[in-house]
Amino acid sequence: MSALKIKKGSSKHSAYDLRSTFGDEIQTHTLAILVDNEAGVLARVIGLFSGRGYNIDSLTVAEVDHEGHLSRITIVTTGTPQVIEQIKAQLGRIVPVHEVHDLTVDGPHVERELALLKVGGKGEKRVEALRLADIFRANVVDSTLDSFTFQITGTPEKVDAFAELMRPLGLIEIARTGVAALSRG
Amino acid sequence: MTSQMTGAKMVVKALKDQGVDTVFGYPGGAVLPIYDEIFQQNEIRHILVRHEQGAVHAAEGYARSTGKPGVVLVTSGPGATNAVTGLTDALMDSIPLVVLTGQVPTFMIGSDAFQEADTVGITRPCTKHNWLVKDTDQLAPILHEAFHVAKSGRPGPVLVDIPKDVQFASGFYISNKKAPTSQYRPKLKGDIEQITKLVEAIEQSEKPIFYTGGGVINSGTGASQLLRELVKGTNFPITSTLMGLGCYPASGSNWLGMLGMHGLYEANMAMHDCDLMINIGARFDDRITGRIDAFSPSSKKAHIDIDPSSINKVIHVDIPIIGDIAHVLDDVLNMWKARGRKTNSAAIDKWWSQISEWRSVKCLDYKNSKKTIKPQFALERLEQLTRSRADRFICTEVGQHQMWAAQFLGFEEPNQWMTSGGLGTMGYGFPASIGVQIAHPKALVINVAGEASWLMNMQEMGTAVQYKLPVKQFILNNERLGMVRQWQELLHGERYSHSWSDALPDFVKLADAFGAKGIMVSDPADLDDAIMEMLSYDGPVLFDCLVEKHENCFPMIPSGEPHNKMLLGEATTEDAIGSSGAVLV
Repeated sequence: MSALKIKKGSSKHSAYDLRSTFGDEIQTHTLAILVDNEAGVLARVIGLFSGRGYNIDSLTVAEVDHEGHLSRITIVTTGTPQVIEQIKAQLGRIVPVHEVHDLTVDGPHVERELALLKVGGKGEKRVEALRLADIFRANVVDSTLDSFTFQITGTPEKVDAFAELMRPLGLIEIARTGVAALSRG
Repeated sequence: MTSQMTGAKMVVKALKDQGVDTVFGYPGGAVLPIYDEIFQQNEIRHILVRHEQGAVHAAEGYARSTGKPGVVLVTSGPGATNAVTGLTDALMDSIPLVVLTGQVPTFMIGSDAFQEADTVGITRPCTKHNWLVKDTDQLAPILHEAFHVAKSGRPGPVLVDIPKDVQFASGFYISNKKAPTSQYRPKLKGDIEQITKLVEAIEQSEKPIFYTGGGVINSGTGASQLLRELVKGTNFPITSTLMGLGCYPASGSNWLGMLGMHGLYEANMAMHDCDLMINIGARFDDRITGRIDAFSPSSKKAHIDIDPSSINKVIHVDIPIIGDIAHVLDDVLNMWKARGRKTNSAAIDKWWSQISEWRSVKCLDYKNSKKTIKPQFALERLEQLTRSRADRFICTEVGQHQMWAAQFLGFEEPNQWMTSGGLGTMGYGFPASIGVQIAHPKALVINVAGEASWLMNMQEMGTAVQYKLPVKQFILNNERLGMVRQWQELLHGERYSHSWSDALPDFVKLADAFGAKGIMVSDPADLDDAIMEMLSYDGPVLFDCLVEKHENCFPMIPSGEPHNKMLLGEATTEDAIGSSGAVLV
């Protein structure tokens, strides 16, 4: 057995193991969580993520079954495989949580997001914005003489791409709903 | 039976229906209607504590020593916030509690009313679940659900926040038998495929070890019996965490002692070198694992736990079994017996001779003194003079004394050892000992304490005296925050920053002032007589045992080191810390 040299006054050793035990491989997962629609349930879910240091990339919530008093929370999160497993187990432990589905693991699924983008500009830029909106199948939901408000639905990547194109054309403001997701079939 | 009654009456009725006999609490404006109902009945006994934190720890002591949920009743605002430490403690150690808090009337919530606090908001992260009751008709079902959630699955504390107008208003009471059933039903039976894998591993293993924890005790006495049968049948060595002491008897021949940071050398070495680790109701806490990437590097690991989030949280396991310990152990035993009770006994014998070598290190040896009382010696004498008592319950505070108590006292049965494991709450032990004594009026209840921890909830002397509770406060007084001082000596250049007490009370006079008995002892020769005097006194005793001030607690795994790099004490290594730094084996 090798000898461990602790010198008096050395602070090499802390009360905790300071090395990170997490691996490097970061994954993105989309989770669908069915919960009782009661006061504080969203706070419990969000508190779990902040309290344990997990990431939330996107979160949406709304009641989906009025009679059954159930809401569906869709969370997009990132972490190592071990952390993702922990997140699911910890979510499952919350008393008003009925089901936790990892759509990324369960199989093919569709993800959609809605965004509203206000783009200001005149002349050529305005025409270009409208043309690109047409390509992306974004609808004009409000317009003034010097601005358009577009509504776009699609995957988060499509929304990102559209927003990037609008930026040089006079993007003023953007509002996104976050991801809603369902498994296919 | 359903009937119309006030919310306050419902609270008392629901507690009775749930079989509650004792409530620990402290009154205040927002719970007066409930206190009025408590006044008008005799079935539920209310114990008046002196601080709400004391109420929660007392309820924890009650719960851990009986296996039943502890019940607390406190007022809104400061009453609720004072309960937070106890709630967090119970959550970390998985202790079932039902805490009822008063709240300002519903129409005043959010107005910063007098003694208003966002109790459900504050306690959300430190309870298993909590509820704010906004309607008297909802009160009874929520109270019954609260007991169900506290007891089911991995137990834990729950809180029900009851606004004062809900207590005054009338509504329909529904009994626990008629209340709607909960969707919260953790599964109890383990997966049979995984259980089969575990039994196969048991049959083949050459260097196995049982690593048990508080989950065995939470699963009930049946779980401890099954565990003992499995250990006896397989002849595998067994160690336990701080929380699991008593699930296997300390006098049992397969017992290696506690493991972990201040665990026994043989237990930690066996954990490091084993080829099969069977974790039963423990959670790979950082005080247990030490350095994770060097934790038991060559073992196959099985983990039985009722909480799926415990599996693979810290350590990757090969055989995960999610279920209640008693249910799973029953299946494991039956299958193992049905397959012919096989083990690799020749290899196990070899394993035991290796363990005997580790045992011969005698890691708990210390240098005794004729002049000053060594804390280890004090505990050895306490053990010697009390171990024949089958009804002995031990509580502790947190620090060196806690680790020495775990090392030097032997526990034969579950539910007789109450200590703050996960949260490490100084001030836990005294109120916990009160809760234990309330539940077991005739038993011998001893709180092994340090003077600093004990002072943190010393106001509970009033409670102990008022209810004539013969709790023995066995204070190992070194006038230091011993564990802090030890770390400062070993790791912070002997700079003893704020780790001593300059103005300690005279504990004998303090006891006298409260109407209790005080005993002071400083000479090792007087120790036995003093302990006997403490034991024979029928009432609360403050036992001020002046011990060596600079004793360090060994063995010790410095954090960030693996199990096989333990620091042993002077008596074991002879090469003292004072001369050439810590010597390691």
